[in-house]
Amino acid sequence: MKRYLPILLVLLSGAFLVFQYFVPHETSEFVYEYALDWAPIIGIFAMTLGLVSLARVSWSRVRKREANWPYALVTLAGLASILVAGLWPGGGGLQAPVVAWEYSYLMLPLSSTMYALLAFFIASATYRAFRVRSVLATLLLLAAVIVMLRFFPLGPLTGPIGGMADWILYVPNLAAKRAILIGVGLGVVATAMKIVLGIERSYLGRD
Amino acid sequence: MSIWEKMFALDRRWVFLVLVVALLVSLKIPFRVSVPISNEARSIHDFVDHLKPGDVIHLAMDYDPAAMAELQPMMLAVLKQCFEKDIKIVMTALHQYGPALAAATIDTAIARHEARTGVRKKSGIDYAYLGYQPYAILIILGMGQNYRIPFPRDYYGVPLDSLPMMAHIQNFRDVKAVLNISSTNATDFWIAYGNGRYGVPLAIGVTGVMTPEYYPYLQTGQIFGILGGLKGAAEYETLVGTPGPAVDGMKGQIVAHAVIILFIIIGNIGYFAVRRGKSARAT
Repeated sequence: MKRYLPILLVLLSGAFLVFQYFVPHETSEFVYEYALDWAPIIGIFAMTLGLVSLARVSWSRVRKREANWPYALVTLAGLASILVAGLWPGGGGLQAPVVAWEYSYLMLPLSSTMYALLAFFIASATYRAFRVRSVLATLLLLAAVIVMLRFFPLGPLTGPIGGMADWILYVPNLAAKRAILIGVGLGVVATAMKIVLGIERSYLGRD
Repeated sequence: MSIWEKMFALDRRWVFLVLVVALLVSLKIPFRVSVPISNEARSIHDFVDHLKPGDVIHLAMDYDPAAMAELQPMMLAVLKQCFEKDIKIVMTALHQYGPALAAATIDTAIARHEARTGVRKKSGIDYAYLGYQPYAILIILGMGQNYRIPFPRDYYGVPLDSLPMMAHIQNFRDVKAVLNISSTNATDFWIAYGNGRYGVPLAIGVTGVMTPEYYPYLQTGQIFGILGGLKGAAEYETLVGTPGPAVDGMKGQIVAHAVIILFIIIGNIGYFAVRRGKSARAT
């Protein structure tokens, strides 16, 4: 029962949503909207589980003094301060001064810094990776350089370089991306069907 | 170790150092970079430009502070254009780190508009900022049915039904288009569900690294425009007539690209020299 009830629920929900997509009747729209109301509520429970799990894992690392345990302590402190400030009665929720301060003076500069570092790693990676080792590597290098050069004011060459960059983006890039997208799409449909039909059951866990 | 071998295996810290120096110098030296306008950016600008005062556009601001440098100028330029044309805005922020940033962004745009025109745009009349809800797919599907399903209240806690501008806005059928400015896979959800399921016209503004991903959707007409990274933001700033941080940032971007191309050349000269040396020793 513990195993078959979730499978039955998934089968019924999946089958209904497929049916509903093709039959936009008033009744099915009503049930669909009701389901959309329910889904975030279920999601919030999943989020709570995630929160509890994060707190437990971090606390365990601090207690056992595992490698890099101070980072776990910082995680716990951040979690606690945001939760207390955000949930404090009459504190202002998202607009609470502590939440706003942590967001503006910790979250914002830290996130921006992490993303900015990407430029340095890309520069270093291109230096090492773009070598004329083979025909394919040369093609990759040329494509990258042409796409980068389209930003440059190159006088009479600006137009032709821009045209070549557009061709790279609209023809080979588009063909490759489309092939990947179609593959991913078919994979998603196959996986969804396996889950709805109860063939794929890994989401149930090991028990 | 010969000079060629050194060029072949340059310590990456030299790359970092040269890049930092080049970026700092480029930001200090006053020069301007011309920003050619792409068709992808122009189509978004022209679409908004042809809307009538009172028309509604949905701005989905799905990015976090990490992507601010590229996407914030884009967002501010779009808001400026909408405010100037009296286009009403429904705004959401479906990135968990985005809602406070979105609130600050709209405040900045209002203050700038007031400084320019003396007119202060009002929440609930000129725009409705709905805020954040988790699980972007479900939220987009919900808004496609009725904005009130995922957002019974706006970001400031005011019930949607008491906002005058929301009186005639039920779902995507009541907005002219969605402009999704994003650094996350929320863009995929907007394409699959916002445009795919509900047929709302969609344009996107994404980070530079994400841009090539979305060209297939442009060709199929699932999106009608792309603003790609800092260049897209610079294009839009130019189109709305207020060159700002994105146009300035293009100097740094061009210099950084020049440095990268220079290092690619150095690396390849070193590679060929070392390879030639090896084959000479072998014979």
